[in-house]
Amino acid sequence: MVKLRRTEELTELRMLRTVNNYLIRHAQNCLGALGNMVRKPIASMLTITVIGIALALPSALSIIVRNGQALAGGLEDLRDFSVYTKPGVSLGQAEDLRTRIDNETVVRSTQFISASEALEEFRDDEELSDLVRALTDNPLPHTIVVRPTLDAQPATLKALKNLLVQHPLVDLVKLDTEWVQRFSAILDFARRAVWVATILLGGAVIIIIGNTIRLDIENRRAEIEVSKLFGASDGFVRRPFLYTGFWYGLFGGILASLLLVLSMWLLNGPVERLIRLYGGGFEPFGIDGRTLLTIFSIGLLVGLSGAWLAVARHLAAIQPRV
Amino acid sequence: MIRFDKVTKRYNQGRDALRNVSFDIDSGELIFLTGHSGAGKSTLLKLITLIERPTHGQVLVEGRNIGRLPRQRIPAHRRQIGMVFQDHKLLKDRTVFENIALPMVIANYAQREIRGRVRAALDYVGLQNKETHTPAMLSTGEQQRIGIARAIVARPKLLIADEPTGNLDPQLSLDIMNLFRRFNEVGVTMLIATHDLGLIEQLGGRLIVLENGEIKAD
Ligand SMILES: Nc1ncnc2c1ncn2[C@@H]1O[C@H](COP(=O)(O)OP(=O)(O)OP(=O)(O)O)[C@@H](O)[C@H]1O
Ligand SMILES: [Mg+2]
Repeated sequence: MVKLRRTEELTELRMLRTVNNYLIRHAQNCLGALGNMVRKPIASMLTITVIGIALALPSALSIIVRNGQALAGGLEDLRDFSVYTKPGVSLGQAEDLRTRIDNETVVRSTQFISASEALEEFRDDEELSDLVRALTDNPLPHTIVVRPTLDAQPATLKALKNLLVQHPLVDLVKLDTEWVQRFSAILDFARRAVWVATILLGGAVIIIIGNTIRLDIENRRAEIEVSKLFGASDGFVRRPFLYTGFWYGLFGGILASLLLVLSMWLLNGPVERLIRLYGGGFEPFGIDGRTLLTIFSIGLLVGLSGAWLAVARHLAAIQPRV
Repeated sequence: MIRFDKVTKRYNQGRDALRNVSFDIDSGELIFLTGHSGAGKSTLLKLITLIERPTHGQVLVEGRNIGRLPRQRIPAHRRQIGMVFQDHKLLKDRTVFENIALPMVIANYAQREIRGRVRAALDYVGLQNKETHTPAMLSTGEQQRIGIARAIVARPKLLIADEPTGNLDPQLSLDIMNLFRRFNEVGVTMLIATHDLGLIEQLGGRLIVLENGEIKAD
């Protein structure tokens, strides 16, 4: 009984030791891969730089696009809008309304287009003039174009607009949407372009890492052959190269983050001016933890996949020749 | 321990390198394999280490038909075998210690155990003071002894050597062969391919002679 217990304990101990050796081996491979990179500093730095730039570029684009979106969102409520009166509202009533709007603190200026002025404009239009001449009375409303102040708070503006919509004299409050639509179409396009760039550059990084590791495998051919002769498993042979990919991905990610922080710092002045111009209507969006985490994850993913591809393609081909 | 049963090996192009070869090797035997150049000695050894697979017939190691061993099981099979090569196949960019340690690292031994056994193996081949040298700093004979230390460090049951003394002068060859014999005396099965008939005579042991891929004498 006691003896049995002891055998069990021994087996357990041996298993623990095996796991322990395995972990130590991993740590050695991990540091060994790092050591190999340090031994070729220039080549490694070049590879890491290319990876860093390739990772930083889509991230920078994505930050710009997200800022554009935030900006567009902030502008939504800051734009000019037109107030149309109901039919039958007299010129005097409309002008009173205009003065009332003009006195609002969030309004910088207003422009009044009376119904007859509007009709006049139509009459000048060659195609419409015949139609206008056939009309017996003027079907057009008076229009008040409202231009908000630059530092108007979106919420106050929204409240004003709601008030106007409910006003008994007002038929319609219309936003000037055309350029915003154009802007957001551009943003949509840019967002897709960022995706395409991310995929292309990610592919490029995988190829770069794959090729670097292919050369590495080629250089260590003798070692791989001898290891296989002495019974090294595929995993054993693969491990150092996967760790190399891991390091390239990690350092590429770190460099990309540094590049991003640097470029954001360079952009800081212009961005702040832009914000001031738009009256602080939007919160600028910089690099946060999530962005960094994404860059790191993509870096590691791309590093490991590049290594994996190289290893899968080239390691099996190396068989011992005696 | 090893059984060849009507083994034929045909390489992709050309004639049979081995034809209908059958023999048995018991555990603990010391066997010399000889024959003219191209007789099939290396081919026979490669079938045991699974660098090649038989075209016909069976190669059994400890009762298992290794000709059918799946690819993933080859590493475990090779870890049972120590190998010595004519060109020693030491890694130039590693120290003597690291070279000898390789099979133990592959077999996942603890660092402490590796250190002890590598020193013992170095002691065994009489090069205890060369631990930190690289192979380029050693003479041909010393390199071959390091190769032998590496082959025995993980205590394999079977040691296979293909022309281990091919590049050495007679005195060095005799030294190497004496190392092998001492190792055989502790119960390791040895299979040594060599041209050196003089040495075989000096050492004694079973002799298998190949000629054109067939066994001429056993
Ligand atoms: N990979 C290969 N592909 C094709 N033919 C081969 C291959 N390896 C060996 N051979 C042929 O098989 C035959 C046996 O070769 P093997 O290497 O086994 O001879 P050997 O007895 O070891 O000769 P040596 O004493 O010169 O080393 C030779 O005719 C050789 O040309
Ligand atoms: Mg040969």
